[in-house]
This record gives sequence, C-alpha cells and structure tokens, in this order.
Amino acid sequence: MDAKTGQPCLKRTSLSRKEYMKAFKKTSRLREMWDIFRRNRLAVIGLVILLIFVLLALFANIIADYNTVVIKVDPANRLMTPGGDHIFGTDELGRDIFARIIHGTRISLRLGVCSVLVALFFASIIGASAGYIGGRFDDVVMRIVDIMACIPSMVLAIAIVASFGSSELNIIMALGISTVASMSRVIRSAVLSVRDMEYVEAARAIGQKTPKIVFAHVLVNCVAPIIVQATLMIAINIMNVSALSFLGMGIAAPSPEWGCMIAGARNYMRQYPHLMIAPGLAIFFSAFAFNLVGDGLRDALDPKLKQ
Amino acid sequence: MHRYIIKRVLLMIPVVLGVLFIVFSILYLSPGDATTTILGTSWTPEGAAEIRSHLGLDDPFFVQFFRYLARLLQGDLGASYVTGLPVIQQVKISFPNTAILVAVSITLAVLVSIPIGTRAAIKPNSLFSAISTAFALVGISAPGFWIGLLLVLLFSLKLGWLPAAGLGSWKAVIMPSIVLSLSYMAGLSRMMRSSMIEAMRMDYIRTARAKGVKSHDVTHTHALKNALLPTITLIGSYTGEMLGGAVICETVFAIPGMGRLMVESVLSRDIPCVLAAVTIMAICVAGMSLITDLAYAFFDPRIKAQYARERAVG
Repeated sequence: MDAKTGQPCLKRTSLSRKEYMKAFKKTSRLREMWDIFRRNRLAVIGLVILLIFVLLALFANIIADYNTVVIKVDPANRLMTPGGDHIFGTDELGRDIFARIIHGTRISLRLGVCSVLVALFFASIIGASAGYIGGRFDDVVMRIVDIMACIPSMVLAIAIVASFGSSELNIIMALGISTVASMSRVIRSAVLSVRDMEYVEAARAIGQKTPKIVFAHVLVNCVAPIIVQATLMIAINIMNVSALSFLGMGIAAPSPEWGCMIAGARNYMRQYPHLMIAPGLAIFFSAFAFNLVGDGLRDALDPKLKQ
Repeated sequence: MHRYIIKRVLLMIPVVLGVLFIVFSILYLSPGDATTTILGTSWTPEGAAEIRSHLGLDDPFFVQFFRYLARLLQGDLGASYVTGLPVIQQVKISFPNTAILVAVSITLAVLVSIPIGTRAAIKPNSLFSAISTAFALVGISAPGFWIGLLLVLLFSLKLGWLPAAGLGSWKAVIMPSIVLSLSYMAGLSRMMRSSMIEAMRMDYIRTARAKGVKSHDVTHTHALKNALLPTITLIGSYTGEMLGGAVICETVFAIPGMGRLMVESVLSRDIPCVLAAVTIMAICVAGMSLITDLAYAFFDPRIKAQYARERAVG
C-alpha cells in the first residue's frame, strides 16, 4: 500500500496498468446487487414479466382504444371463443377480452403501487419514530400497531371502502392503511438494527438534528428490507384490489378491472370458462412477477437472508 | 408462568377496546344516513327524526361509543337496520360456519406444509425442494377467489363430484378449505423450510450427529422441535388473516358465515351488522394471538425460565 494515497501500490505488481484497472475495478454497490440479481434466473423471469406488464400499461391506448374497444358494447360479437380477431375471445357484451385485460393492467398496477406508497409513507413515520426514539414511546406506538394488526387487512379495507365509498382514491387509501401495521413492524425492526451504528452516533455527536439523522442516516440504511417488503406487498395488494372488485366493493363495471371482469364472467362460467380464466391469469402473472422480483431483491440486497 | 398468562390475558383488554374504537370511528365517520337504510322507501323527515332520536344517532361520538360498549358487555350487539332482528341471532348462525371453515383450513395447511417444509430442508438441493419452492411461489401468487372458481368449474360443473355451494356436508368443506389454505400452505412451508435449514446448522445438531444419534432422530426430534417454534407464531397470525380470506372464500362458495354476513351488510349499509362482524373477527384474531403466545411460552423453556427468574429476583 502506498502510505500517502492509501491505494494499492502499482509499482510492485507485475500487472500492466490495464490489467490492474480490470482486477481492482471499483464495483458500485448497485452494480454488485444487479450482478447477484441477474444470476437469479427466477428473478430475471419475474422482471421480464413485470416489464411486459408495464409496457402494456403504458401503450394500452395504442393497442386498443378505451372508448371504442374496451368499454363499447357490441352485441353482434358477444361470447366469441378465443382465436381469430379476438385472441382471448369476447365477453357477454361483445367486448374484446384481450383489450380489456391490457387496460386492466393500468388499474391494477396503479392501485397496487400507489396503495403500497401510502402504506410506506405512514409506516415510515410510525416505524422510524418508534424504532429511533424507543423506550416508552416505542411501547405505546407498537401497542397501537398491534391493535391495528388485529383487524384482518381485507376486513379493514372493506370497512373503510364501505364507509367512504369505492372511489379509486378510497381504495388506494383503504388498502394502504390496512397494510400499514405489518409494514411499520418491518421498518421498525430495520431501524432498530441500524440505530446504534457508529455513523449514527457520529452524526449525533457532531450535532445533527434528529429528523436529519433519521432520514439521512437511519432510513437510508434501512432501504433494503423496506424495498423487498414493498415489492412483495404490491403483489398482495394487486390481488386485494381485484378481490375487492370481485366482491362488488372496488372498481365497478364497465371499468376493465380484472376482479370485476371475473365477477361478471361468473354467470357464464359453465359454457364460456375463458371469460373467467383470462383475467385470472393476468392477476396471477402480475402477482407472480412481483413475488419473483421481491425474492430476487431480497437475495441481492441482503445476502445474509439467502439460505 | 401464571404471571405471564395473567399479563397476556390482561393485555387483551386494551387491544379489544382499541379495535372497537377504530372500527366504530370508521363507521361513525362514514357519510350517509342510517335512517335511509332502515326506512327505505317509506322515508319521511319526521320518521327519520324519530328513529334518529330513538337510536341516539344525534348524540356526540363518545356518548354513542360508550353506550355501544355498555351494551356489548351485556352481550347486546344491537339490532340489524335491515331486518330489525338482533344482530346476535345472525352471528350465532354465521359464526360456527366460519369457525369450521377456518379450523379445517388451518389444519389442512399445517398437515401439508410442515412435512413438505421439513423434507425440503433436509435435502435443500433436491428436486423435491425445488418443486416445493415452485409450489409455494404459485400458491402465494394465485388469487383465492379465482382458484375457487376454477375448482368449482372442474369439480362441480364438469365432473359433478363436489357441491359448488353451501356447507351442508363434509364434501362441501373440501373446496373452500383448499382455497382458503392454499396461500397459507405456501407461506407456512417456506417458513418451515427456512427455519428447519437454520436449525440444522446449529451446533447441537453437529453434537448429536457426532454422538452417533440416528440421522432420522437428529432431524425429527432435535431439529424439528426447534424449527417448529417460529412456525407456531406464524400459524397464529395466519389464522387471523384467514378470517379476512374467509370473506372472499365464503362469497365464492355461498357459505353463510361471518365474511358473507359482513359483505352483505356492507352492501346493504347495515352498520350494526358490519360493526359486529368486524369486532368479532378482531376479537378472534386477538384471542388467537394470545393462544399463540401462550403456546410459544409453553414450548420455549427460555420464556418460562425468564419468568421464573423474575419471580426469584423480585
């Protein structure tokens, strides 16, 4: 080692400068994580499925127009079997199922992601303050979280939607709030593991303000478990959005929400099972993709957890 | 140990009160008028005012809340806005159905996932382990109501083997309990697998092997016993989540349980019924977590020892 710069000493090695650069190339943390993630075949499959869904959602209007294809009733073409002009067939009102599923992707992804963001917002405040402040405050806050966790999340979501109506914003809030409890626990335990690190102590010693320490030093270092949990939570919430719509409390017809489509297809299940199978597969694959990516991220971000 | 049990039981009181408060506030804040539900087409301003004063709907929030609490302590859950009958009657019909469904489902989940998880952990790189991991991934990604409809399509409509609705015979329980337990089977077998792998790495396992204990005994007595502890906790919290899942499952299979009661009363805006259903489910969850904690303390000698020491000191 060179005493002045701290760099490995070049002169004593037999490597050429090029070889040296290659061998000691500084890999960023992000690059390292991507390398681990990339080697996980399932995670990459999940990422590819996810990208397909995102692209379909982005270009939904180019693939099929909302007003003239997705929600327009066309009695002449009702209940067509898959094949021909309509890849997945048409439903009881003559609407193309493939086009509806693509537009449904927008709703599911939007609601799934936004509800988790809502949960993250509240859970970060609750979990970070409880974990960082600790003591009696922690006891009281976590007791309240325990109480919230006693109401099954689906039941809480239904109660909120039932009370305030089933607008899209209310569904996002309902699903978000019903996942706050479990998310807060994850964030709190992550904060607890970082709170007593030397760099946090150092920040405190140089007199930084508590909010700054919490956001700039503590939470930033808790990102790994939070991202993993959030990804897995999106999968759950995508399923919950469609479950709510299936029960008749979420997005209502004629909107092409997947759960809503399945509820409508129930009556035609015996003769036309494709009406129900296609949107179900869409829910399954989107949740599956998020689960695969979440698992891959867990392995990449937190190698300790990998068995 | 007694002190631990008493402490845990007493801790349930604030939890139940808190749940009641949350649910009551959500439903109190909801816009809309109860009198339109009760009177329906015969709604008049005078009639509505009379009902409001009779039910005390104009009273301040805390007056209403404590009145509800006082009645609840006497076992009175109020009367349904729609039928006018006491809610408790409806609950008495619905609750056993949900209880049967959840009990069968959790048993099924445990019976399937613990052997699978254990076997997958003993041979972590085997084909069996890979298949069980894939099965778990599919299980947690499949929406229950859709799987339920697929099963109905196959076994009721096409093959005619199982009834599609109700909870009349033991045959009718099969499909709903499979649907309800599927995702929990997946989660439980994953948990079992990872905690078993962790237990297998412990020093006492190496010691047991070094002593010459039979391989089967090492895995099934030494490792399994320790690996079961985290799984027990999970069973408790899953039972609670299953009550939420039951809402969907009961709708798919038209089972007259608590979930169905809740959905129907939400759709008809029957507030006392909703309140009762949510409260009872939450109390069940709290009770289940109490049982889990006690079971944990019973199985984990460290907790027992901790309380014994505290008593010796203080």
